[in-house]
Amino acid sequence: MLQWLPENVSTFGQGVDNLFYAIYYITLVVFILVMGTLIVFLFKYRHQEGQRAHYIEGSTTLEIVWTAATTVIVFGLAMFSYPQWNNIKSPTEFPDNPDVVVQVSGKQFNWDMIYPGPDNELGTDDDLTLENELHVPVNAVVHIRLTATDVIHSFFVPQLRLKQDALPGRSINVWFEATKAGRYEIPCAELCGFGHSGMLGYLNVHTQADYDAWLQERWPQ
Amino acid sequence: MHDNEHTSHHHEESFISKYIFSLDHKTIGKQFLIYGLIMFFVGGGLALLFRWQLAYPERPLPIIGASQQYMDEGEVATGADRMWERIYESEKEEWLEVNMPNGVIEPAFYNMLFTMHATIMVFFVIVPILVGTFGNFLIPLMIGTRDMAFPILNMLSFWLAVLAAIVMAIGFFVPGGHAAAGWTGYAPLSSDPQWTGVDWGQNLWAISLLIQGFSSLVGSINYITTVINMRAPGMTFFRLPLVIWSLFIVAILLLLAFPVLTSALALLIFDRLAGTTFFSATAEGGGDPLLWQHLFWFFGHPEVYILILPGMGIASELIAVFSRKPIFGYRSMVYAMIAIAFLGWIVWGHHMFQSGMRPGLGSVFMTTTMLIAVPSAIKTFNWLGTMFRGSIRFTTPMLHGIAFVSMFVIGGLSGIYMANTPVDIFIHDTYYIVAHIHYVVFGGSLFAIFGGIVFWFPKMYGRYMNDTLSKIHFWLTFIAFNCTFFPMHILGVGGHMRRISNPMQYEFLQGFEGMNIFITMSAFTLGFAQLILVFNFFWSMYRGKVAEQNPWQVNTLEWEAPTPVPHGNFGQIPTVYRGPYEYSVPGEEEDWVPQAQPEHAPATSGD
Ligand code: HEM
Ligand SMILES: [Cu+2]
Ligand SMILES: [Cu+2]
Repeated sequence: MLQWLPENVSTFGQGVDNLFYAIYYITLVVFILVMGTLIVFLFKYRHQEGQRAHYIEGSTTLEIVWTAATTVIVFGLAMFSYPQWNNIKSPTEFPDNPDVVVQVSGKQFNWDMIYPGPDNELGTDDDLTLENELHVPVNAVVHIRLTATDVIHSFFVPQLRLKQDALPGRSINVWFEATKAGRYEIPCAELCGFGHSGMLGYLNVHTQADYDAWLQERWPQ
Repeated sequence: MHDNEHTSHHHEESFISKYIFSLDHKTIGKQFLIYGLIMFFVGGGLALLFRWQLAYPERPLPIIGASQQYMDEGEVATGADRMWERIYESEKEEWLEVNMPNGVIEPAFYNMLFTMHATIMVFFVIVPILVGTFGNFLIPLMIGTRDMAFPILNMLSFWLAVLAAIVMAIGFFVPGGHAAAGWTGYAPLSSDPQWTGVDWGQNLWAISLLIQGFSSLVGSINYITTVINMRAPGMTFFRLPLVIWSLFIVAILLLLAFPVLTSALALLIFDRLAGTTFFSATAEGGGDPLLWQHLFWFFGHPEVYILILPGMGIASELIAVFSRKPIFGYRSMVYAMIAIAFLGWIVWGHHMFQSGMRPGLGSVFMTTTMLIAVPSAIKTFNWLGTMFRGSIRFTTPMLHGIAFVSMFVIGGLSGIYMANTPVDIFIHDTYYIVAHIHYVVFGGSLFAIFGGIVFWFPKMYGRYMNDTLSKIHFWLTFIAFNCTFFPMHILGVGGHMRRISNPMQYEFLQGFEGMNIFITMSAFTLGFAQLILVFNFFWSMYRGKVAEQNPWQVNTLEWEAPTPVPHGNFGQIPTVYRGPYEYSVPGEEEDWVPQAQPEHAPATSGD
C-alpha cells in the first residue's frame, strides 16, 4: 500500500516514512493475527448438532497479557515519534542560520510568497511578492513564516512530508530542506471556501547555480 | 402497526396520543428509528451527488444533467435539456440553476453537500438511532421497568429533534445556500459570512444543532435517572447487559459534552449576527480561530465515542447470544468502556496536531491518544474470547456483529497511524481520515445498528424481518462498503486531500482517477443496497412471519415481556437472579438461563 506514497524529497521525510512503514508492518501483523484468529474461530466453533458451547467467563491472566502487550506497542511507537515530531515542528529544534527566509501567506485562493529581498528583512521596500511561486535552492535550510490573511489554509507539500495550517493573526515557523531539484505542488489542505479545490502553489527547488541566476534576475546588482 | 394489544386494565388511547405525541418509550424509540432512517436517505443522497463529482468532475449528473450537445451547442436533445431550457428562461433564479447549472455541481454547492452529509449522518442519523431508538426501546425493557423516569421529557426530546431537523432542512433553500464550512465548521470560515457567501444557511445550521443539543440533553437526563433509579429487583449494576452499560455511559457523555458545543455555537451565532469576534483574529477583536477548534473537539472527541459505544454494546449482545457463551471478561468490558469515557476527554488535541497549536501539546495528545487505543484493543480481544469455544450461529444479526468487530479492527488500527504525530503530518486532511471515519462509524456503528434492528425487530413489531432479504442486504452492504472505503486509505497515502471537489486539478493526483471512479460505483451500489433494508423493514412490519416471545433464546429481560410489548411492558415486574450472559451453563439442560428465572436445584443429569 505504501508504494503509493509520493517520492520523498526532504531531509526529515525519510524519518516520517520510516515511522509510516513501521506502523504499517506492525498493524499489518496485528490485523492478520486478529482476523486470522477470528476466521479460525468462526470455522472451528460454528454450531454443530449435539455440541454445546463451553462456559468460560474470562481469564484475568489473558486480560493482563493483552493490556500490557498493547500498551507496550503503542508507547514504543510514541517513543520513536517524539524526536521526529520535535525535529519537524518545534521551532527551538530547527536548524539555525537558514539559507532562505520567506513569508508565505494564504489568502482566498492563492499563496503569496513574500521574499525579504537583499536586506533580509520582511516588511521593507525591497520585499518581493510572488503569487503561488516559491523558489528555493536545493540542500539548503528554508524557514517559512506562515500566515494567512482571511481564513485558515493549510500549507501542504506532499513530497516534503510537510503540512502546517496557516492561521490569520499568527505567524507560524516552518522549516524544510529539500534534497532534490524539481517543481512540486503546494495544494491547500484546509477547506477555505468555494475556491479551495484548485488553490495551488508551486515549490521550485533549484540547483544552487539556477537559484543564483534566479536571484540575479530578480534583484539585479 | 398492528393493534392486537390486549385491552387489559388501561384505557384506549386516541391515534394522536398513541402514535404521534406518545409518552410510551417504545413508541418514541420507533419514532426515532423512522426519523433516523429518513435522514439516512437524505444524508446518503447528498453523498452520492458529491461522489459523482469526484469520479466525473465537471460532468453533468446522470438523468437530470444536460446532454453534451446541449452544453456545447445549445441544442435541446433530451428531456433533461428541456428542463434546463425552461429553468434558464424563467425570470427568477432557480435553485437548480444556482447550485448545479446543466446538472454540473458547482464548487460552492459541493462544499455544502459534504458539509450537510456529515452533519446529517452524525447528528441526525447515528445518534438518534443509537441513542434515541435503542436507548429508548431497550433501557426500560432490559432493566425491567414500565417506562422511562420522565415520559414527558422523553416525548419532548423526540419533538425537539424533529424541530431541529425542520430547521436544518430549511437551510437548504435560503439564499446563499446551506452551511458549507464542513461539519467541523472551522472559524473564521464559518463565523464570518464574507468568506463563504453563506448567510442564513450557517446560522440555521448552528441553531438546528443548538436545538438538537437540547434534545440530547433532555434525553440523557432521562436515561441516567432511569438506569440509576428504576432497575428491577435484583438488577445490580454488574448484572446490567453491556448494551445498557454503553447507553448509560453515553448518556453521561452527552450530558457533559453537548453543552460545550452549545456554548461554541452560541458564540458562533454572536460572531455572525451580533458582530462579536470570538473566533476572528482581527486587530480590534482579539479573538482566536483556534478557540473554535478547541471547543469543537473538546465536544467532538467524546462525540465520536458517543457514536461508537452503543455500537459496541449492541455487538456484545449479539456476539454473546449467538455464540451461546458468556461475554468473555464482562467486568473488563465495563471497565474498558468507563476508561474510554474518561480518556475521551483528554485526547481532543489529536484533531489539531497540524493546526498551529503549540507542538509540545502535540506530543502530549499523542500520548493520551495512544492510551485510548488500549481499552479499544481490550474490547476486541474480549469479543474474540467470547467466540472462543462457543457454538456460533450465523444468523443475520450475528453476521452484523462479526462485521462490526472486523471493521472496527481496521478503523482502530488506522487510528494508530493518525495518532502518530509525524505520520499525521502527511495524512491529516487527506482521504486517510475519511477512510478512518467511515470504518469506525459506518463499519462500526452502522453495522451494529443494522444488526440491532434485525435482532430486536421481533420485539418491536412482533414479526421477523424477511431473512433472505436481510442476508442479501448484509452481504451487498458489506462488500460495497469495503470497496467504497478501503481504497480511500490508498488515496490518503497518495496525499489526496479531503474536501476538494476536483482532484484532477492536481498533477500529483492524476493517477487516482480510476480509483475515484471505482469508489463512486461502489458507493452507488452501497446506497442502492440500503433500499433493500427499507423495503424489508416496512414490508416485514405488516407481512413478516409472526414472531414468538423469545425467538433467539436470549436471557435478558426484554424477552420476558409479551410480544408485541403492551403499554407498561410487563404484567408483573420481573425479579433478576443472575447476570445477563448465563449461556451454556454446565449442568443446565437448556443452553440459556434467563435473568428472571428463579434459582432451582441444578439438574442431576450431566450433559
Ligand atoms: C483506536 C482508537 C482511535 C484512535 C487512536 C483514533 C485517532 C484519531 C485521530 C488521531 C484523528 C485525527 C486525525 C486527523 O484529523 O489528522 C481521528 C479522527 C477521527 N476519528 Fe478517530 N480514533 C480512534 C477511534 C475512533 C472511533 C471509535 C471513532 C468513532 C466512532 C472515531 C471517529 C473519528 C472521526 C469522526 C474523526 C474525524 C473527524 C474529522 O476531522 O472530520 N475514531 N481519530
Ligand atoms: Cu484551502
Ligand atoms: Cu478524536
